Amino acid sequence: MKRYSAFRLIREAATGNQGWVPAWRTPTPKSHYDAIVIGGGGHGLATAFYLAKNHAISDVAVIEKGWLGGGNTGRNTTAIRSNYFYPESAALYDFSVKLYEGLSKTLNYNVMFSQRGMLMLTHSEPDMEMATRQFNAMRINGIDAELLTAKQVQKIEPMLNFRSDARHPIHGGVLQPRGGTGRHDAVAWGYARAASALGVDIIQNCEVQSFITEAGRCVGVETSLGPIRANVLGASVAGHSSVLAELAGFELPIISYTLQAFVSEPIKPVLNSVVLAPAFGTYASQSDKGGLVCGGGLDRVPSYAQRGNFPVQETVLSGLSEMFPALNKVKLLRHWGGIVDVTPDSSPIIGPSGVDGLFINCGWGTGGFKAIPAGGYLQAHLMATGSHHELSKPFDLSRFVSGHLIDEAASSGIPH
Amino acid sequence: MQAFPCPFCGLRNESEFHFAAEAGKVRPDTTVAISDEQWASYLYTQNNVKGAVREIWMHTPCAELFILERDSVTMDVIGSAALRGAS
Repeated sequence: MKRYSAFRLIREAATGNQGWVPAWRTPTPKSHYDAIVIGGGGHGLATAFYLAKNHAISDVAVIEKGWLGGGNTGRNTTAIRSNYFYPESAALYDFSVKLYEGLSKTLNYNVMFSQRGMLMLTHSEPDMEMATRQFNAMRINGIDAELLTAKQVQKIEPMLNFRSDARHPIHGGVLQPRGGTGRHDAVAWGYARAASALGVDIIQNCEVQSFITEAGRCVGVETSLGPIRANVLGASVAGHSSVLAELAGFELPIISYTLQAFVSEPIKPVLNSVVLAPAFGTYASQSDKGGLVCGGGLDRVPSYAQRGNFPVQETVLSGLSEMFPALNKVKLLRHWGGIVDVTPDSSPIIGPSGVDGLFINCGWGTGGFKAIPAGGYLQAHLMATGSHHELSKPFDLSRFVSGHLIDEAASSGIPH
Repeated sequence: MQAFPCPFCGLRNESEFHFAAEAGKVRPDTTVAISDEQWASYLYTQNNVKGAVREIWMHTPCAELFILERDSVTMDVIGSAALRGAS
């Protein structure tokens, strides 16, 4: 892998840009690998990268039915944060934020992680009390957090509607200063490039059609490009986890829903943070190109359609125009949907699938992007060692039988 | 907006409806001892099928539960029926 650097940029510019090569190789799949990762989104590519980097297992294939990062990795609103309530979640997501903080250097690829702050608004005195509870939980969990008055919120986001006759007047907020946004495609491409350089085979347009099982152990997959075998397999296929589970013969407590997102035409910088207004069910940030990136809650209909329905669009966009009346006339550029895998407790599932030789990393629901480095890191640990990392232990599938649910849905104002 | 058919009120706006559960789940007989696995499976396991699905929905204005058959990819509605008498 030729390193990307300012020096390289200047040298290539001086020599007619003849030295650039594709960021990753496109090999034909071998018949056997040490490990197979199913799903070439952020989580799958990160798994392959950490298998090679942390565990010296580079004989790895990443199998992707479409193109890299074409699922939820390319469809999210790029928010990265760890403002969670329960200690298990806070430890998991903050591990991810910490990996993101060093990711551009680790991958030699600019993932444009911008720690502009994650700001959750409050709209009433009871809201403020719940926010204080959240703030206290975060501080106890060792996560950076600040409790803000309306005046302090106004300093960060002056465009918000601070009129007293607003539909939901602003009382204050909770800020996680280390939260922010990243460049989603760059995360997928950065992991792909770094993994490929370490010897990982990335195989796109290759769909898993069935699993090869011998003596009760999963030993490979039948794909559209033929059978591929491996010593160990891991799957990170988000919204299609139940489809994969059906093929492999295990069960999951997951419902797939559509989650929509929206981006406006580019405008001059108006937003400084990622700002969430729970009362409206809307959050927004501004991309480096100037587009307002916004989203909200799930569509209320279980779905595998990568497109959204109108009621949620209306909720999110009317919320946005209430939050920022000055932005009423801004036009939408695009809106889209992704299929998210929602668990009963809104926490992910990481661990053995129940089928010997196959590990799963799924159930991230509406918040998978922020967890890509952690999901990959922990899944790689499982696949390489066969046992849980301390951080992933609470998120084992067995928690639904033992009753140790980590109910983050009840502790956040919006399912994100 | 998509219109869903309530068997009692006819075609109504999708926002009037609430998804309750997948159809066909039977509550284990808890008058006899059952395992944690059986109970967890009843509470949490989902088929989450890609394609034709059969679900229980509520039409919130009339508060009636009913069976809705639809396609989870195309979002086409296949049919709906009252719970009572539905096979």
